[in-house]
Amino acid sequence: MAEVETTPVEQARHVVYCGVCTLPPEYCEFGGTAKKCEEWLKENDSDLWDKLYSEDALNANLSTLSVSAQERAAKDAAKKEAKAAANEARDSERKAASKVLIKRVERNKRKYVTVVIGLEVFGLENKKIAKDLGKKFATGSSVTRSPAGIEEITVQGDVSDDLHDWLLEVHGKKIPESNIELIEDKKKKKSEGPV
Amino acid sequence: MFKKDIPPSNRSKVKSSVQRGLRQKLLETYPGFEPFIEDVMPKKASLEAVKLPDRVTLYTIDSTPLFFQPIDGPPVPHLRLIHAYPSAVPTIQIDRGAIRFVLSGATLMAPGLTSPGGRLPDAEHALEAGQIVGVKAEGKEEICMIGMLKVGTEEIKSKGKGVVIDEGHYLGDGLWRMHLD
Repeated sequence: MAEVETTPVEQARHVVYCGVCTLPPEYCEFGGTAKKCEEWLKENDSDLWDKLYSEDALNANLSTLSVSAQERAAKDAAKKEAKAAANEARDSERKAASKVLIKRVERNKRKYVTVVIGLEVFGLENKKIAKDLGKKFATGSSVTRSPAGIEEITVQGDVSDDLHDWLLEVHGKKIPESNIELIEDKKKKKSEGPV
Repeated sequence: MFKKDIPPSNRSKVKSSVQRGLRQKLLETYPGFEPFIEDVMPKKASLEAVKLPDRVTLYTIDSTPLFFQPIDGPPVPHLRLIHAYPSAVPTIQIDRGAIRFVLSGATLMAPGLTSPGGRLPDAEHALEAGQIVGVKAEGKEEICMIGMLKVGTEEIKSKGKGVVIDEGHYLGDGLWRMHLD
């Protein structure tokens, strides 16, 4: 790679990894997101980009394979890429459609717990968030499995509004505001509407 | 071995006596790490064990993966470690046509090694079955897979077909993509 000393050394080599597919850039073409990887590399490490994507390099790659093998490889790559793209589209669609629910559940007349559902769709880890929330609000906070089999975070106390703000502040990049919904759990009249 | 994504699991500190044993074992299996062992695994550093599926344990220091060890086998360095110290393990090379199969988790077969793009060590440096080897690829610098040889290199040369490595750790597999922090 670009910044690696040529002499064998006692030191660890530092290898650049692609920011898109995490492989070393020379293997990006097999990762399924080759286009994006190329753009990323061009932006982040132009030296390496020159080395890997210059015309000579591309031609050298192709010349070592027989024509039929080339065709097959190209077909395979295209298929992989399409699959990756479809995957991504589906993922973002799912994200757009799903909502994070913040529920306030009455536990005992004036006592409440706050239940959060649906964080994992947005790439957050329930367990970690639960820990963070416990620290943030200084209350008990745990991941529980609801009767329906869905994982949810239960935070003791009524912290729904604060939680909403906290989510936006800390993980606002991952979750659009419109996808967070505050719900008051039944029985009681609606006192505070969704923010 | 790690085709599927690995769910985050519990990690635990390794006892220092066990850590010493592991270090010994690592050096025994890979004399190539001898010059670097202080960098790879400082005596003071606290090693952590992460449980992976199929009774494999991954050892890490400060959430950098070092190597993993199946319950009944030798430790195998993680590819990131290998990329940092490529001289530590013996390598073989596959031709370009085989890369895409290897990177999608196929078992490595002999023709990928015996064809013009592939490379196997000469007779005097022949590797035995059971040896852990890094797999380079034609036209690439980095190692793309690591695993245990099923057959010796001389046998590969003479037979020219059959499985060479199955269940390796390759670029982009579940272990590679695993988040440790």
